[in-house]
Amino acid sequence: MYGGKSLENIMTQDSIEKANSSERKLRILIAKPGLDGHDRGAKVVARAYRDAGFEVVYTGLHQTPEQIVSAALQEDVDLIGLSCLSGAHMTLFKRVLDLLKERKTEIPVIVGGIIPEDDIPKLKEMGINEVFLPGTPLKSIVAWTRKNITPRY
Amino acid sequence: MFTEKTLKQVRQGGKEWEKEVEEVSKEKPERKKRFSTVSDLEIKRIYTPEDIKDLNFERDIGYPGLFPFTRGCQPTMYRGREWTFRMFSGMGTAEDTNKRWHLLLKEGETGLSTAFDFPTLMGYDSDSSRAIGEIGKCGVAIDTLRDFEILTDKIPLGSVTTSMTINPPAPILWAMYLVVAEKSGVNWDKIGGTIQNDMLKEFIAQKTLMLPPEPSIRITSDTVEFGTKYVPRWNTISISGYHIREAGSTAVQELAFTLADGIAYVQDVIERKKLDVDSFTPRLSFFFNSHLDFFEEIAKFRAARRMWAKIMRDRFKAKDPRSWWMRFHTQTAGCSLTAQQPFNNVIRTTTEALAAVLGGTQSLHTNSLDEVLALPSEFAATIALRTQQILAEETGVANTIDPLAGSYFVESLTNQIEEEAWKYIRKIDDMGGMLAAIEQGFPQKEIANAAYHYQKQIDESEKIVVGVNKYVVKEENPPQLLKIDEEVERKQITRLKEVKRVRDNRKVVQTLNDLRTASKTDKNLMPYVIEAVKENATEQEICDVWREVFGEYHDPGFY
Repeated sequence: MYGGKSLENIMTQDSIEKANSSERKLRILIAKPGLDGHDRGAKVVARAYRDAGFEVVYTGLHQTPEQIVSAALQEDVDLIGLSCLSGAHMTLFKRVLDLLKERKTEIPVIVGGIIPEDDIPKLKEMGINEVFLPGTPLKSIVAWTRKNITPRY
Repeated sequence: MFTEKTLKQVRQGGKEWEKEVEEVSKEKPERKKRFSTVSDLEIKRIYTPEDIKDLNFERDIGYPGLFPFTRGCQPTMYRGREWTFRMFSGMGTAEDTNKRWHLLLKEGETGLSTAFDFPTLMGYDSDSSRAIGEIGKCGVAIDTLRDFEILTDKIPLGSVTTSMTINPPAPILWAMYLVVAEKSGVNWDKIGGTIQNDMLKEFIAQKTLMLPPEPSIRITSDTVEFGTKYVPRWNTISISGYHIREAGSTAVQELAFTLADGIAYVQDVIERKKLDVDSFTPRLSFFFNSHLDFFEEIAKFRAARRMWAKIMRDRFKAKDPRSWWMRFHTQTAGCSLTAQQPFNNVIRTTTEALAAVLGGTQSLHTNSLDEVLALPSEFAATIALRTQQILAEETGVANTIDPLAGSYFVESLTNQIEEEAWKYIRKIDDMGGMLAAIEQGFPQKEIANAAYHYQKQIDESEKIVVGVNKYVVKEENPPQLLKIDEEVERKQITRLKEVKRVRDNRKVVQTLNDLRTASKTDKNLMPYVIEAVKENATEQEICDVWREVFGEYHDPGFY
């Protein structure tokens, strides 16, 4: 369907090797908090993580912060990735972080979406580990994850 | 189209040219091994009469306003009337949006288009716990008739047409419009506009979800039936490819899935409501995306009209030529804009708008340069409107109809896109129609694959996005963005509480009970929704009745 290459061929050698390695795979939860329906970015990132050899749990849309935190704990994930393009990020991301604190867990959280520059320092202050803005190459997100995230157990 | 003699000469010339190409390429190879559209359709070096040798003028191109409508749906197109300048807008409270509407109308906008916030789109009131942080952020917050009256204050409902991007709660917002019109003395047969009301593409792409597919399509058919009988100038469904494309589909997928959705609606209304096909299909309207690949988009628009005409005439046996025509609104591609160097977005939008105009759109929204960062500022929205006005009034592109007809390339690409789209439609037919295909996740997965493929191409610089993977600079002087005041949330909730306090709650409960009872039967639900709206039942109260009766649908999260 896509002219020159099939999706499998696009996977890099590096990602195939990583997928075959015996080290425990990173488990990542990709989640869409709130009512926002823009899921293209979240799904593309989920695919990139999967192709990089990670285990990915995608929540689907319209999750409450409570649902996201429960899913993260149930699935024993090493990282939570939140996506929001509706402008509700300051409220929703904070709620997720507060709930994680309440549950006394330290799962790192990264976020992406339409996030004004001014909000980035505030999000980091709040406890978000990294913010990925539109235009970020998928391999940068994967590379950041490999460098900064290790299996929690 | 061509005599055998001409084609022979074409082939002869082609051979000589190929030798030249070979010669030149030895020293200076082409820039890329493969040239393709944004959707990754491969494009040839050159197109000649050979590529359209089977084209038949009368059958495939013809005249505007006549079957197969390839060249446009009206006989005089923009020479008679320019396309409608319809800017999608909505923010904060009803007051904020009403103010923006008046500004745009003053600046020469010719039709209104409403953006609602996420709680309104999803059927939640502003005081719902689900609405926290979202009120007024992505559009205007509407909870009750009171908000809607403020939204439409001093808007001439009898002369301006209004489009509303609303899906699961579409009957409710439409009912509000009908009640406001009635109250201001404008008869229902005088008002014109569109509710998007296209649930099938919600499951596939836009994802404002509420009820499962079957009751969703039943309610849609109710609105079609009601409009056909009582609001004859209203477009009760805007069958939308726009969001399918924004979700990452190719142009062919956008076209095919949209037409397949259209087929499903027509089928359902005929079967469920026993309406004659010609009684309601002239008022179906469409909504497409205009993306960056100029010729691919023009070809898509031309193919779309030709395909719908064939579907209506040959598949559904419609006899009225107005059932055959496809009228559509276009929005330039939001997903093609970049957060980086946002002023470049004006150029992208202009190109996309030009493709929509050359493709024969009936109305157009042009995105604002800052729309990738926030809701549009007044400054940015005005430039976007001016873009359309410049195209319409300065460039001469509206002087003649379908100026690209007969181009070897454009005709060939139109054919190619049509053929590829038929393949998808046949496949969906084989699966048992669009509802069945959605349940199997077929369109969802196709779109997710295409989106991922495109992102990979950008990452590998196979596709260039200026400011993102080429000509990257350190960003300076960002545009002044519109920020939605947190005060909006407080104001909106206060107004909602006040409405709930002063309304006759006994009557509200009664109208909601009536709606609940009717929802369990085959009765048309529009009259019940109108009664509830009149008594100031809130949007969520009405939606909750449906959630209770029909159950809720949750995103299965295909990726």
